[in-house]
Amino acid sequence: MTTSEWPLWEVFVRSRRGLSHTHVGSLHAPDAEMALRNARDLYTRRSEGVSIWVVPSSAVTASSPDEKDPFFEPAADKPYRHPTFYEVPEGVRHL
Amino acid sequence: MSAPRTAVLALGDDALVLSHRLGEWAGNAPVLEEEVALANIALDLLGQARALLTMAGDEDELAYLREERAFTNVQLVEQPNGDFAHTIARQLYFSAYQELLYERLADGGTDDAELAALAAKAVKEVAYHRDHAEHWTLRLGDGTETSRKRMKDALEGLWRHTGELFRPVEGLDVDWAGLDEQWARRITGVLERAALTVPEGPRSSPWAAGAGRQGVHTEPFGRMLAEMQHLHRSHPGASW
Repeated sequence: MTTSEWPLWEVFVRSRRGLSHTHVGSLHAPDAEMALRNARDLYTRRSEGVSIWVVPSSAVTASSPDEKDPFFEPAADKPYRHPTFYEVPEGVRHL
Repeated sequence: MSAPRTAVLALGDDALVLSHRLGEWAGNAPVLEEEVALANIALDLLGQARALLTMAGDEDELAYLREERAFTNVQLVEQPNGDFAHTIARQLYFSAYQELLYERLADGGTDDAELAALAAKAVKEVAYHRDHAEHWTLRLGDGTETSRKRMKDALEGLWRHTGELFRPVEGLDVDWAGLDEQWARRITGVLERAALTVPEGPRSSPWAAGAGRQGVHTEPFGRMLAEMQHLHRSHPGASW
């Protein structure tokens, strides 16, 4: 059996409670259960995580590079969308 | 009180030899993901072996300078990797045994506090090894016609090495017959779920006078030891 016969999975790891799952990479596995186990072995063996999600890569809908300009360009000249015009109150951390 | 040297040596040799066998998959596994999984299991076992052999003496001397007859591992762990199904069958049989045994050792099976603590830590690693082997057994057994046949052949081929697992080890206060019963129930459960049948036939070889625990080993073990030990023996006392 070669790798190419196994579907690809995207792996998300939550590094500790309170944080969200973050994409860490992808792997091949025959099914979801095995993908979870492979993810455990590949991405959390140095205690990087407390929770893992695996998602079939085929379930991800990605934006196309061809649409890059209509998608992202218009945001470039609208600085008023950034919260940079506010004073940060004293004592507020993690902003 | 400390556990007798024979007991820690027996458990340490099991872990060391199986670790080396699994390590032989490095660079040869069917897929990269599985190679890492097997290497992880091998490293868990190597960690256990180091701790256990250190309790019995000098770990390097014990691992690299003993002759074949001085090793007291069960014959199951020295069996060659064979195909992937053989490796999985060997792991299923051994991990199920090791998990049950270490649960006992962590819970009164030994009056040696160090060994009990080691068993309590190792049992979590071993539970994962068993889970990994179970999942593969289910997939191979209930997979294609070829995978099913290979899994069946492997389970049957290694069956005659499973009786030895439950021969009493001197110095461990364990109900070996009860352990065997629990092991058989667990294996039966997995094989039923995998649409496989429990192998029939004897669970030990006909020359039952001696086995791995007495230093009697099968032919492939000598070759494995030669490979494992030759570097150390070629450069006595060398260090990085």
